[in-house]
Amino acid sequence: MIDWKKYLIVFLITATLFLSASYLSNYFGGKKIGELQLIQDKIAIDILSSETQYALLSDLSCRNVSGTLLSGELAELGKKLEWGEENLGDSEEVRNLKRYYSLLEIKDYLLAKKISERCRVKSAFILYFYTTLEKCKECEREGLVLTALRDKYPELRVYSFDYSTDLSAVQSMLNIFKIEDTKLPALVIEDEVLTGFHSLEELETRVQESFKLQETKPEETQKK
Amino acid sequence: MSSISNIIFYIFIFSTVYAQVFLLVTFLENRKKIVIRKGSVKLSSYPAVTIVVPCWNEETTVEKTVDSLLALNYPKDKLKIFLIDDGSTDSTWGIISKFENYPNIKTFRKENGGKFTALNLGLENLKTDFFGGLDADSFADSESLVRIMSYFEKDPSVMAVAPSLIVHNSKTLIQSAQKIEYLMAVYFKKMLGLLGAIHVTPGPLTVFRKRVFDDLGPYRHAHSTEDMEIAYRMQKNNYKIEHCNDAYVYTSIPGTVRKLFRQRLRWIYGFINNTIDYRNVLFRRKYGDFSFFTLPAGIVSIFAVSFLLGRIFYNLGNFLYSKVVQYQTVGIHFTASLNNFDLFFISTKSFIFLEILIFSLVFLSMILGKQMVEGKWRPSWNMLYFLLIFSVIAPFWLLKAIYNTIISEKPAWR
Repeated sequence: MIDWKKYLIVFLITATLFLSASYLSNYFGGKKIGELQLIQDKIAIDILSSETQYALLSDLSCRNVSGTLLSGELAELGKKLEWGEENLGDSEEVRNLKRYYSLLEIKDYLLAKKISERCRVKSAFILYFYTTLEKCKECEREGLVLTALRDKYPELRVYSFDYSTDLSAVQSMLNIFKIEDTKLPALVIEDEVLTGFHSLEELETRVQESFKLQETKPEETQKK
Repeated sequence: MSSISNIIFYIFIFSTVYAQVFLLVTFLENRKKIVIRKGSVKLSSYPAVTIVVPCWNEETTVEKTVDSLLALNYPKDKLKIFLIDDGSTDSTWGIISKFENYPNIKTFRKENGGKFTALNLGLENLKTDFFGGLDADSFADSESLVRIMSYFEKDPSVMAVAPSLIVHNSKTLIQSAQKIEYLMAVYFKKMLGLLGAIHVTPGPLTVFRKRVFDDLGPYRHAHSTEDMEIAYRMQKNNYKIEHCNDAYVYTSIPGTVRKLFRQRLRWIYGFINNTIDYRNVLFRRKYGDFSFFTLPAGIVSIFAVSFLLGRIFYNLGNFLYSKVVQYQTVGIHFTASLNNFDLFFISTKSFIFLEILIFSLVFLSMILGKQMVEGKWRPSWNMLYFLLIFSVIAPFWLLKAIYNTIISEKPAWR
């Protein structure tokens, strides 16, 4: 009376549809990872090019060096990576991309720091350390503050590092600034380490101070 | 915790897709058998049929209902009509009394006892071999009865035949949504009929052989869904129920969300409680697809919708909480990313594709239902209204029906 064969066939069809959905998901997920890799490669080339340029012309004219564009792309990559972490699953590929991203951030930071020293441009840097290993509510809130801050001041450079990133360069950064995982989130502004949550107003005041320096210095250099 | 939730979520999605594919395969197997007959059908003999119209405060529609029965393309001497006033407090009795002089109409007046008691009064007075009901808010198409009777002629083992219910009044948006839902129900019903797995023999013009009631007894209260219980009882006794897709009965449907809610609450409550009453029918080989497909699919859909609603509320709660945290932290702030939309941020998780698949299958069901009734399958805006309206409000009557079952509170008729 019951057509068991039909129940089985329908099961197989449904399973095939499920597998197809998962295949599509993997396919598009792979495309997204590919897109992230492309952006990273481009940034890597840009950084390498700036470094080479910097090394070639020791007497580099400060006007020729503009790092703002670079950071903008890094920020976009950061956003996409963060989204990817939540939506593409915790895969080795995403973790690798994140390591690479941290490395690019450090390189960009070092280069920008060198340029700012050479050209006596004092840009507003913020290094931000957070964790994803455990639930860190303060980190989430600090992240919101920094996003808002960066939207307000596009010139501001925020380099964010996941404390748990398995990369020696990141670990060195943690050692240099003596960041402890019990005191996260942590911010580094002008070599000063701030731990715990800091509000938008608080950071804005600090950043504005940095900006003032930036506004006055280039004129002074020109006068010289 | 979230991984368990995800597993349940995917099991429910799998079951939903399974049920839809099952019906679709049934359709493909039988598509040649599904025809819409044009014009009038001739029978080799016209057995006598009694149609009972139970009325309770139906003054606005009952006259039209009786007129539709009088206009049926069926020999007048073979068609008996019982008009039964189940203790109406409006002018219903006055209206049906006007039909007293018709030779084939008999009127009855009784104290209010519920629809099943009115139908049973009709059964007590039944002298014909066939019995049908017609709710007093529904109107039979003139060809409906003869087309239904052709199923009995073709197959002597058929014990009941249900018609296609078509929405009579679709003025409001909520009615337009139901209109397409009823068309989709025709498709589901036809497929269940082909599987021998129908679980409702609706009040509007389902016709039974008298033997059904002789063997199985009269209608029962059955949680205010006597038309569902009789179908369960028939399935339990392996009595064949067919669906006649080209027999049309036009039925009045609720025009407001409130009324629709009450109607659906009664239906779902009836389904849950009749299924509980007939739980020993579940997963028994001798009860066929009714036991392995219809009932499990209904049960799973109730749990699935409740679960999905819970999940939606949970996600909504999380989203609102994150917005509150954002507001507390940085005030009202819109990120620049909204301005430059990027395809990258469109989710491509596998459940997105599965949801698209489910919606496509639902659309296909609506189109096939439309095809089975109207002979054309043009998509309409009503399909969108249905998805939008029902996906928002249906979970609530489901949950309320579950809640009422748990605290055993019976829903009112109207």
